[in-house]
Amino acid sequence: MNLLAQALRRCLVWWESIAVLLIFLSVWWLASHGDWISRVFLPTPEATWASLAQGFSAEPGQDAADLGQASWQTFVRMFLGWGLASLIGVGLGALIGMSQIARQWIAPTLEFLRPLPASAVLPLAISIFGLSPGMVLFVVSFGAMWPVLLATVQGLAQVEPRLKEVAAGLQLSRLAFVWKIGLPSTLPDILAGMRLSMTVSLIVAVVGEMIASQAGLGQAILLAARSFRASELFAGIVLLGALGFVSNALLAGLEQRLLRWQRP
Amino acid sequence: MADMLSRLRPWVFPVLVLSLLEWYVRSVADSSDALATPLQAARAWWDLLWLSSDEGLWRVTGFTLGTAALGLGMGAGCGLLLGLLLGLSPRAARMSFLTVEVLRPIPSVALIPLAMLVFGFGVRMELSVVAFATFWPMLILTQAAARQVEPRLLEVSAALGLTAWQRTWWIVLPAMVPRLFVALRLGVAVALVVAVTVEIAANPNGMGYAMMIAQQSMEPARMLAWLFWIGVVGMVINVVTLRAQQWAHVRMGGSVTDTHRVSA
Repeated sequence: MNLLAQALRRCLVWWESIAVLLIFLSVWWLASHGDWISRVFLPTPEATWASLAQGFSAEPGQDAADLGQASWQTFVRMFLGWGLASLIGVGLGALIGMSQIARQWIAPTLEFLRPLPASAVLPLAISIFGLSPGMVLFVVSFGAMWPVLLATVQGLAQVEPRLKEVAAGLQLSRLAFVWKIGLPSTLPDILAGMRLSMTVSLIVAVVGEMIASQAGLGQAILLAARSFRASELFAGIVLLGALGFVSNALLAGLEQRLLRWQRP
Repeated sequence: MADMLSRLRPWVFPVLVLSLLEWYVRSVADSSDALATPLQAARAWWDLLWLSSDEGLWRVTGFTLGTAALGLGMGAGCGLLLGLLLGLSPRAARMSFLTVEVLRPIPSVALIPLAMLVFGFGVRMELSVVAFATFWPMLILTQAAARQVEPRLLEVSAALGLTAWQRTWWIVLPAMVPRLFVALRLGVAVALVVAVTVEIAANPNGMGYAMMIAQQSMEPARMLAWLFWIGVVGMVINVVTLRAQQWAHVRMGGSVTDTHRVSA
């Protein structure tokens, strides 16, 4: 009986949550159908859905943008940039974090670079690399590198002193120490940094596509807005939200798997 | 002597990098339209400093910072109120969970084309994007802060027979202040990054646009000057908000040694 009540309550919680989402959607429906807000800005949910469906079944040469392809391109750009950023961030972070001296000399400079908006590097990258896909990839990985790099440096600085004594007792070389003890015990910090850099890389990828006119969702929504195709714009925004949601969920799952050893 | 040396230490690495850059640009990319030496950039910055027209350093910086601050005020204010509500009422939190999780992952830059469509160029479009971007972290962190208020304080308020309003105003809010400052610091950083990004991507105002237009008109020295200046502004704001956060922490009864933990 008790179990049943619990299950019922859990159902109710979900139901309430879904109901609020439905209310939100119906307010959108009302606002657009009742012309509270001009349809130039706010398309109806159905029109957005139709644009989504059309975007995914678009044939080449058709007027509608191929949203499926655009999503894939943005995803690849984001994922590649994020992967590069993670690799370079962990590598450089380990190099800097490995030695106390490097930390003392270089860390203040990194602190200066940390608050610099990643997109601020775009103009510089454009003047060096031109408007190319490589340029966007460079900026994405440059911007997304900092959270991982700083997390790695900070994590390595806070390795449990007793582990260091163990490493000294085992006569591990410095490289072996970082590989076998330092990085594994820094993994929670690194993963938290990687999650942040995933968000950054999606943002920078979209901005890069907007500025450098590289194919992808960023360019698609900018073009849709310029030609007043609001439903297509909303479809693009929905897809970007979905992209952010899915990548975050994947990473959260990965984090749980990788950090299983941490929990008792 | 040793003290002075350790104070100089943070400057060695950047000076080294800058001189390398100076040497590289002078010897390899001399008279390039794309790159300038750090010294030329410094001179361009100096010129900007004394320029009293609309393109002068202070006015442009003022536009970006003012818009970022106003947008932060709007976004963080709404986030604070809603976060307080969701933090104090578990039921409301459960009910809105799904809606929040659906809307939150939308990258703020995805709204740039929409804001452009609705508001055109200018202050309002930038404000709306900054407000959207700062709303979510503030909402989540306020909610967490309200939930983490020491339960014994709530018991005290129950024993005193306080009304819900009195409890919120006298007990919950003051107990949340240190955590709110942490949230606010994050919000300030987000606001600045998003404001500059909006200016780079679309809005023809402010520091981001000044940098973009310098790049497009082949004035690399001026572009680098802006890049450097954006970095300095970001760092100064970071330091100021860190101080404010530590002050709030100590003021609200945290120990001084704790502040290091908070700052990390």
